[in-house]
Amino acid sequence: MDENQLFEDLLQPGATWSHVMKRGTSLRITDIEGSANVGAIFYNSENPAERYNMPDTLKAQHIAKLTRGNVLYSDMGRILCSIIEDTAGWHDPLSGCSNAAGVAKKYGGARYQEHHNNHHQNAYDSFIIELAKYGLNPRDMAAPINFFSKVIVDGIGAMHFASGNSEPGTVVELRSEMNVLVILNTCQHPLDPNPKYEPRPVHLSIRKTPPAASDDVCRLLRPENDRGFTLTERYFL
Amino acid sequence: MSKQEAATFNDLNARYDAIVPAGEPWIHEILKGQYFRIVDIAGNQAADTLFYNAHDYEERYSAQDTIREQANIYLTTGTRLMSSKGNVLLTIVDDTCGRHDTLGGACATESNMVRYAIEKRHMHACRQSFLKAIIGWGRGLEKRDIAHNINFFMNVPVTKEGRLTFEDGVSAPGKYVEMRAEMDVLAVISNCPQLNNPCNAFNPTPVRVLIWDPLGN
Repeated sequence: MDENQLFEDLLQPGATWSHVMKRGTSLRITDIEGSANVGAIFYNSENPAERYNMPDTLKAQHIAKLTRGNVLYSDMGRILCSIIEDTAGWHDPLSGCSNAAGVAKKYGGARYQEHHNNHHQNAYDSFIIELAKYGLNPRDMAAPINFFSKVIVDGIGAMHFASGNSEPGTVVELRSEMNVLVILNTCQHPLDPNPKYEPRPVHLSIRKTPPAASDDVCRLLRPENDRGFTLTERYFL
Repeated sequence: MSKQEAATFNDLNARYDAIVPAGEPWIHEILKGQYFRIVDIAGNQAADTLFYNAHDYEERYSAQDTIREQANIYLTTGTRLMSSKGNVLLTIVDDTCGRHDTLGGACATESNMVRYAIEKRHMHACRQSFLKAIIGWGRGLEKRDIAHNINFFMNVPVTKEGRLTFEDGVSAPGKYVEMRAEMDVLAVISNCPQLNNPCNAFNPTPVRVLIWDPLGN
């Protein structure tokens, strides 16, 4: 085992997980079977009114996708997490998450009564339930990122889900730059054309990781990120 | 009522008609069935806009749900502005501009520090106006209720390679966007004060807001 690993976990298909990722650690997510989707929302655990902000993340880095070198901005100009490793090359920040109506329409119903823990789940309700465990409610729902999924925007603005973005063994690693409440969910991407309810599992590894050095790939990506790291470091002074 | 009928409205029979100066907030309820028009008076002026269910602020405009449900990132005639609970808040029924953004969000003093310079914290920003509007409105709205907004009249293209850019506006003096409320909504506008990028052509200008009752009332 990696000497920097603190613990590992398996996130089952269609399941939800949460953790307060401490500054100085990282979360490594592995797509075990391929074609996984991991919805993720992020908060400053010390003040959850500060949370991941999709537009600030996109416009600071002039991106509509996430990959190694990109960082996740809070609405307060600080960096919640940095993407320090990525073998997929594209993660979707645009499409949001599945909800009960969409899952029922696409896959039909599958209640707990008949299907036990294979019952159909949706990401929105799962996020809301997990948020409630931290005293948060639907007013606090942040914009999810869909790790391992790719959505291309064409010349007229149309969004296209690109199947096969993530092979078995694909890895993305998030370094926590603050003490970050992260909630993960493995429901399928809402634009995934697969007509079958087939969510996939992922492996999670939490490791000790040193803070961003002066030559860090995320810090050097853009001058905006350098300022973002400066503002984040000031928070801990 | 059809889009064509909606377009026959004129300012003489508007129930409500106001000017929002650059850098000012505006907050107002729009009732189900009413028509709501925002006019870009001088051209290329971003009107940062939020909507809530007027009877349940927990239900609010969702940028991600709106673009995903129509599978297109641009808002224009026919776009249903979706709530966080999967309901339609308003429908865009007329649009002489042709394209509006909902990915670029609202400027903030903090994001200005990241984007431009840490020394720019003092500059006025949309999220200051949003906070001023909802604090003044009261009724329990807080910072956490400020979700990702619409930028009417703003042009933020995305490329196939996943790049996002801020381009000169496609709007022009007198262009407008008109919506029909599908439920009673609370609308909040920050008429954007941004001076650091071309979203307001480096010269923030007023917008006009008008509300009509449905024809026959």
